[in-house]
Amino acid sequence: MNDRLRKYLNWIMMSVFFGATLLALIPLFGVLGYVIKNGLSALSSEFFINLPKGMGAPGGGMANSIVGTLIMVLIASLIGIPVGILAGIYLTEYDRNSWFSMSVRFATDVLTGIPSIIVGIVIYSSVVLKMGHFSALAGGLALSIIIIPLVIRSTEEMLKLVSHSIREAGYALGISKRKIILKIVLPTAARGIITGAILAVARVSGETAPLLFTALGNQYWSRSLNEPIAALPVQIYQYATSPYKELQQQAWAGALVLITLVVLLNLVARLAFRTRSN
Amino acid sequence: MRKVEESENMSKNKKLTGSLGDKTFCLLTLFMAMSVLVLMVWIGWQMVDSARPSIAKFGFSFVTGRVWDPVKEQFGALPFIYGTLVTSFLALIIAAPVGLGVAIFLNEMATSKVRSVIAFLVEMLAAIPSVVYGLWGIFILVPWLRETVEPGLAKWLGFIPLFQGTPLGFGMLAGGLILAVMILPTIAAISREVLAAVPNEQREAALALGATKWEMIRIAVLPYAKSGVLGGVMLGLGRALGETMAVTMVIGNRPDILSSLFAPAYSIAAVIANEFTEATYDLYLSALVEIGLILFGITLILNVFARVLVWSVARGPRGGLS
Repeated sequence: MNDRLRKYLNWIMMSVFFGATLLALIPLFGVLGYVIKNGLSALSSEFFINLPKGMGAPGGGMANSIVGTLIMVLIASLIGIPVGILAGIYLTEYDRNSWFSMSVRFATDVLTGIPSIIVGIVIYSSVVLKMGHFSALAGGLALSIIIIPLVIRSTEEMLKLVSHSIREAGYALGISKRKIILKIVLPTAARGIITGAILAVARVSGETAPLLFTALGNQYWSRSLNEPIAALPVQIYQYATSPYKELQQQAWAGALVLITLVVLLNLVARLAFRTRSN
Repeated sequence: MRKVEESENMSKNKKLTGSLGDKTFCLLTLFMAMSVLVLMVWIGWQMVDSARPSIAKFGFSFVTGRVWDPVKEQFGALPFIYGTLVTSFLALIIAAPVGLGVAIFLNEMATSKVRSVIAFLVEMLAAIPSVVYGLWGIFILVPWLRETVEPGLAKWLGFIPLFQGTPLGFGMLAGGLILAVMILPTIAAISREVLAAVPNEQREAALALGATKWEMIRIAVLPYAKSGVLGGVMLGLGRALGETMAVTMVIGNRPDILSSLFAPAYSIAAVIANEFTEATYDLYLSALVEIGLILFGITLILNVFARVLVWSVARGPRGGLS
């Protein structure tokens, strides 16, 4: 091949890769653009205050769904984050290479890859059927199963970055292992671990599938954690597939609120991490 | 390296000694790590247990059966398996080259500033909730497919059975496209990780021989990263197979096996999402769980295989360049 041809080919391939990148970003701006445009026109203060109203009646809101999502994400975080961080500590600080920790890592990968609807099925047959009703608790549990492996992975990565000399310095001073972990290693990696946890929370706030048959959804306020509860993603799904124009617009407004929440969480996570590296 | 090993040995010895508080804390973390293992086994067991009545009743014909009629207690999962596989492979065909292209652009061409911005945007693509993709699919993508893309495809490529039939919008093409968007970030991120693990000596050697950038990528980078990229693609496939909401909202939800991509179909995750709370008798519920079990099995095998591939590259080759 002569040189000019090689140069042309090089130029073509570079343009192809650049084009692929642009192509990949079109859907991002497409989705964000339409959600902002349609969402803003349907959003009002009533949306945050009112309960859903009947078929096609104006003035309904998603107040209960927003609160429901927050409650279930909170339950999931309270279970999932501590379990994930502690398991991550075990995998880096106590036992890095045995067959046991390898199989825990394997299980973590498997759990990350499980379709979220499967989690819904399992919680349905083990919690919902046993308790006899759909509940916020079941929804929160389902979400916590999704959070745990994500937090373990990020905690492990972050703890691995903490240098060994810092731990050895602790040993040299005769500090106990637990104190070295809690007072030296964890604070060093804290920002990274928090970032990982926030990203995991952001990920589950948008989950719909595991809530369909655990939390079920609710048109009213739930009075206890033992009742079916509304969730923003579930409400968006139900409204988006309904034939009524008003409800469809509400779905766009809900999507705008949900995306804002998720993007904010992502930005917070990244900013928290960035201040560390500076 | 020695030092690391020594300190690890030290930490192992420390585990058994120390105060009561130390032991309790160690046991607590051990217990949490173990809970993950238990969770995995428990999920598998729960699925098998709940699916047992359906497995016992239908046996292998469940997988090959084409009729899904809850009223007559007839359950065949083939249409759902078909819909899931077709949409996922369609997504893969689109997302794999584009994702690899993004990874190459980010890793080999972009300056570090451009890289961090675009990498962030691609991650945002992964952060958008599935139900929002579905909403966008119903009101933007599907009408566009119905009015512009599908008639166009039918006109120019209509001689291929894939592109025949009425342009409905809702169907396997819509499902595949939306899945492609959703798995693209996974493929791009993992391919990038793998490309970054290719040692710079590889690139320098190729450039020193007078290779252009593309020749460098083709000769020195891609062969080295091949199996890792394949692993990333398979992880993307795993995600596509199990994706629920967005597909449910655009695939048309009809358990038919038709060759046209324009035709409505059904996926495994979609039928579970739609019918699970409506399953009125135990066998019906059990049949739905069995479909879920099939999905679980497929994604499990894919994930394990993919992780092994990614690991093998990220760890670097043992001895020699291959």
